[in-house]
Amino acid sequence: MATQHSRSAARFMMAPAVILLLGWMLVPLVMTLWFSFRRFLPNRPDIVPGWVGFDNYVRFVTSSAFWPSVQTTLIIVGGALLITIVLGVLLALLLDQPMWGQGVVRILVIAPFFVMPTVSALVWKNIFMDPVNGLFAHLWRAFGAEPVVWLSDAPLFSIILIVSWQWLPFATLILLTAIQSLDSEQLEASEMDGAPPLSRFFYIILPHLSRAITIVILIQTIFLLSVFAEIFVTTGGAFGTRTLTYLIFQRVLESQNVGLGSAGGVYAIILANIIAIFLMRIVGKNLDA
Amino acid sequence: MSRAVTTRRKTINTVLAWSIGFLIFFPILWTILTSFKTEAQAINDPPLFLFFDWTLENYAVVQERSDYMRFLWNSVIIAGGSTLIGVMIAIPAAWSMAFVPSKRTKDILLWMLSTKMLPAVGVLYPIYLIFIELGLLDTRIGLVVVIMLINLPIIVWMLYTYFKEIPGEILEAARMDGASLREEIIYVLTPMAVPGIASTILLNFILAWNEAFWTLNLTAAQAAPLTAFIASYSSPEGLFYAKLSAASTMAIAPILILGWFSQKQLVRGLTFGAVK
Amino acid sequence: MSLRNAFLAATALALVSTAAQAETITIATVNNGDMIRMQGLTDDFTTKTGHTVEWVTLEENVLRQRVTTDITTKGGQFDILTIGMYETPIWGANGWLIPLDDLSEDYDVDDILPAMAGGLSHDGTLYAAPFYGESSMIMYRTDLMEKAGMEMPEAPTWEFIREAAAAMTDRDNDINGICLRGKAGWGEGGAFITAMSNSFGARWFDMDWNAQFDTQPWADTLNFYVGMMNESGPAGFATNGFNENLSLFQQGKCGMWIDATVAASFVTNPNDSTVADSVGFALAPDNGLGKRSNWLWAWALAIPAGTAKEAAAKQFIEWATSKDYIELVAEKEGWANVPPGARTSLYENPNYQAVPFAKMTLESILSADPNNSTVEPSPYVGIQFAAIPEFAGIATEVSQEFSAVYAGQQTVEEALEKAQAITNDAMEAAGYR
Repeated sequence: MATQHSRSAARFMMAPAVILLLGWMLVPLVMTLWFSFRRFLPNRPDIVPGWVGFDNYVRFVTSSAFWPSVQTTLIIVGGALLITIVLGVLLALLLDQPMWGQGVVRILVIAPFFVMPTVSALVWKNIFMDPVNGLFAHLWRAFGAEPVVWLSDAPLFSIILIVSWQWLPFATLILLTAIQSLDSEQLEASEMDGAPPLSRFFYIILPHLSRAITIVILIQTIFLLSVFAEIFVTTGGAFGTRTLTYLIFQRVLESQNVGLGSAGGVYAIILANIIAIFLMRIVGKNLDA
Repeated sequence: MSRAVTTRRKTINTVLAWSIGFLIFFPILWTILTSFKTEAQAINDPPLFLFFDWTLENYAVVQERSDYMRFLWNSVIIAGGSTLIGVMIAIPAAWSMAFVPSKRTKDILLWMLSTKMLPAVGVLYPIYLIFIELGLLDTRIGLVVVIMLINLPIIVWMLYTYFKEIPGEILEAARMDGASLREEIIYVLTPMAVPGIASTILLNFILAWNEAFWTLNLTAAQAAPLTAFIASYSSPEGLFYAKLSAASTMAIAPILILGWFSQKQLVRGLTFGAVK
Repeated sequence: MSLRNAFLAATALALVSTAAQAETITIATVNNGDMIRMQGLTDDFTTKTGHTVEWVTLEENVLRQRVTTDITTKGGQFDILTIGMYETPIWGANGWLIPLDDLSEDYDVDDILPAMAGGLSHDGTLYAAPFYGESSMIMYRTDLMEKAGMEMPEAPTWEFIREAAAAMTDRDNDINGICLRGKAGWGEGGAFITAMSNSFGARWFDMDWNAQFDTQPWADTLNFYVGMMNESGPAGFATNGFNENLSLFQQGKCGMWIDATVAASFVTNPNDSTVADSVGFALAPDNGLGKRSNWLWAWALAIPAGTAKEAAAKQFIEWATSKDYIELVAEKEGWANVPPGARTSLYENPNYQAVPFAKMTLESILSADPNNSTVEPSPYVGIQFAAIPEFAGIATEVSQEFSAVYAGQQTVEEALEKAQAITNDAMEAAGYR
């Protein structure tokens, strides 16, 4: 259908976006690669930067913090995905039902998405999770229980909770749109056939949602891999909450070892790409036009 | 034909949905309430819900300490500028991907998304050095560009999925009538895609507004947006819950209000191609 | 505000600033109470000099990150930096700061407490002027001490503190005998445990820069700390830093608190503290080994090399760290609230001597010696830190291991083993070993 003319026009129109993103990817990537093979300690002008081969890569991966940080990253991403998708599906099903004041409920539900991560981390940490003055502590004491020290007793759970709270609205909205597009006649037909609600859910609704779910996974993973403020504000990476992103932050900014941190950055890019390829295989299949 | 529902079921739905909605919204509500308390009331045990002496003192203190309007204005410019420029660059790209697809279209699309996976902190030094070279540190234009690039993949993706839903025949008809490519995009495609474009703009405005790494690290006094404003209210000495709440409320209020007013547009278009 | 109005406003501002021929200096500072007060008093500076000030006020961790990136890359975003006793000598040695060796006669640079001037100098040249200085000391509840039937000596030992803490603890009434920092971060729990370890005879490095976490004094320090905190400390002390403990103490939930001397003015301020009239002070504890467990710190103002506004920046520093500034604060907020610990003359002022914590603060500061902080010899300067560029990164990671011990997630032995590995590894990467 497309003519030669429109093909070249298309290429021309795609060019700005592609060139910009290529630059945005390549320039930092090349610089990161360059730094990763060098000894670069901004805090030590007395040490002349020089080539160190793969030293930084070896040091980064053999540090005792590396594998736990990969594990933590996967737990936080996986945990938040699981919670937002399961609750998102349930919430979307509920919001699809007839009720009074649906618009208001929808407003309440999407509100957390508008809150900047720093603010939500600060509010959760201090006003809710503080073991002395936090609202949860008041609540626990009211029932005669010993308040939980959330950030040291259940650090990963706390961070996943904060992150999930922020991303639940996003998942819910996309899943809700998908549910609303479900052919209601099909549903009614199955209702008439006397299919129980549970099997209706598993055989009709869930398959219909699969595409929406993959999209939620794809988009959220991209954002969850780079979760930072929530950790920086709450635990500062203590108690096993150090993700790969946070470990790189510690190497680059806290230890001021840019070479080592850049090597970590390259590892993070590799990890992200493994996840990306994995995800895109799934999404790509679903994405066929 | 609508599904028949009993009032009883509708009541149960309503109660359940409202309770869950309230629960999800509660942290924000509680923050807003706390911002009107005194510091002592903010940590009172048992917690005070509505019956306390409402005060605006915290807002006065926060405003006195930092010039809120300047931070707000910077946030508006950075989020608005980056979103609008991003959309202008993305519309032609999304158009060509949607209507003149080639073998590589899908790969390009996925590659664009994958650029978002670079860990920002890993490239802080390179970007900071480039910004120094170009004199872009602490300028709004520098941040507009960076935030635009960060969100561009999402913008292209969203627009692509909307454009795909528009039947190609309409465009072809326009072409038959002698419309040029430019006219085709401006007069035929864009009006049809308005809901999608609106939704894209809103979502990316929110994402840009909330971006806290680059906005904090590349600014000082001139271009600092609300994310920097909030960074001066976390854990100072002494009791600070009420002041933190006031600052938080001030930081999220504009976007919350915008989001609420435009939620219909946001929700209508927010599909990412999830619906076929 | 419309775009046009904004444009007009910007033009008007530009006109005003050129007309006045004055500079606008940008200052990065931390969001502590004393700095926020300084921010509020900026008008006085502008009236006197005509220069205006742009404040970038950030939380401590964010500030460090921002300021360090900027100075190492010579970004030139700030004309004045608020930095501490840790950064100053390192950055001064690197030539990144402008020496403050030509301050005016009126300023009376010799009035700065020698301990502070020493810690903010490199090779005898001052690189940052102290805005306020602090050591650490014991703050305790006189009423609870009395109730426990004990008496606080002026210079107690750790054994006494542990005993007193146990005696004061009253879990039913939510009173913890002792509150101490346990929060991860080199400037938080890391600073406390390092200062404490000095009194137990521990040190970070031997003279060849080998980590010393495999030595007995470190095991003793951690075991004592964990034992005492489990007996008499608050729940969740592993996440408590300065601010959390301050709020606990002000709410009457701590019997004793060993922390920065600047906290004294907060806990004795009846507006914020419920226990303001029953607070006593004593020197930080020791173990009879000749070193006490108090630290030395100053928040100071420095000018990064390369700023175009050096003259105006110096004027600001002279204003903010002057005797007149102290008088100005005293006049507005009372003598108890002036920035402490920077100037000798302040402690000679009879008005200030009447402040209950003045004497103990000065004694604590005077008893701290950054050049000779450990029982066995060490190659580094600093009490609660080692003034080498790598320390902040290493100590933050080490303190995270310690905090995991406090939270009951690993044993003291495991933490020390990891600390030893982390430290040696980083020192090797930096070329010390």
